[in-house]
Amino acid sequence: MVGPLIPMGVIPEAWNNVIALFLGVGFGFSLEASGFSSSRKIMGTFFGYDFVVLRVFFTAAVTAMTGIIYFDYMGWMDMSILYINPYYVMSAIVGGIIMGLGFAFGGFCPGTSFTGVAIGKIDAMFFTAGLFIGVFVFSELYPLFEGLYNNQNLGGVKIYELLGMRQNIFAFLLIVAAVGMFYGAGFVEKKVKKVEY
Amino acid sequence: MEKMKRDGTFYINPYLGGVLLGLVLFGTYYITGRGLGASGAVKSTVVTVVHAAAPTHSLDNKYYSKFLSEDSSPMNNWLVFEVIGVLVGGFLSGTLYGRLKFKVEHSPKITSRRRLIAALAGGLLFGIGSQFARGCTSGAALSGMAVLSASGIVTMMAIFGSAYFFSWIFKKLWI
Repeated sequence: MVGPLIPMGVIPEAWNNVIALFLGVGFGFSLEASGFSSSRKIMGTFFGYDFVVLRVFFTAAVTAMTGIIYFDYMGWMDMSILYINPYYVMSAIVGGIIMGLGFAFGGFCPGTSFTGVAIGKIDAMFFTAGLFIGVFVFSELYPLFEGLYNNQNLGGVKIYELLGMRQNIFAFLLIVAAVGMFYGAGFVEKKVKKVEY
Repeated sequence: MEKMKRDGTFYINPYLGGVLLGLVLFGTYYITGRGLGASGAVKSTVVTVVHAAAPTHSLDNKYYSKFLSEDSSPMNNWLVFEVIGVLVGGFLSGTLYGRLKFKVEHSPKITSRRRLIAALAGGLLFGIGSQFARGCTSGAALSGMAVLSASGIVTMMAIFGSAYFFSWIFKKLWI
């Protein structure tokens, strides 16, 4: 069966939302079981006392990337029809910086805050409430942001195209960088004073 | 095999967690052709609520109206179902490892009240930032990295770089 299955018509579109629910369960379970329902555990990555976010995030990214490249190479999935977010140069950077500030205040990102909500963390509920307010504020003030939001659209460009590299070379370097970071993280954790939480 | 602790302190190995999450993400691309997400579900809900409360206002607004079409409600959105799944999956894991408890988690150096205000402010900023970046840590950064999208990798670096910088500025909230 050549994927992606739903866009290729192998699985009927009607199943999409049912499948979404199941994939969401897997997503939520992996996040919570790894410790992402705790803001203090998440923040350990930035202070060096617990690098769980770095490890889980980069392992997940590299696993999924490798699977996609391999399936595409074997002809089991057509990578070229996968959805790629368009790259709006400034908007992506400004958005990321604002989210980073939100991270430093809140200790969660949206996905992790939902798992916090699921197990009863009241701080995660406040964070989630903040998300709704933030989206509302952005939408209401959209005319002010519109210029920046739509500026410099490069379309669904891949990082290696932008850097003028070959896909597999970039992927390989990314894996090497991830392993290097895992090694460095273990080293830093040993040096930094433990934080009880 | 040692007995699994159910006092809430047990977490799976982070590399195992990463592989599980990576397989879920891979499966999502293989089945649906798109990645995972989180903030998109919040956006759909906000659009639906505003449209129900003030339909002319939402149609006049250039942002809401992007996501409103005649035949489908924005609530009828893939990510909304996925996020319902996230809540279920998080609850299952919390039940399994004994972590279900109503509490405000915060550093001993700050009060609960201060933690809740900071959490609300953090959520608000994340809500705004995720609209600019067209996705959050899940939809833009993680899913984007899996397909090597420029937007995903740039957003990921901006989020983590900025979070690292600001965490040290607002260090007192955490350590």
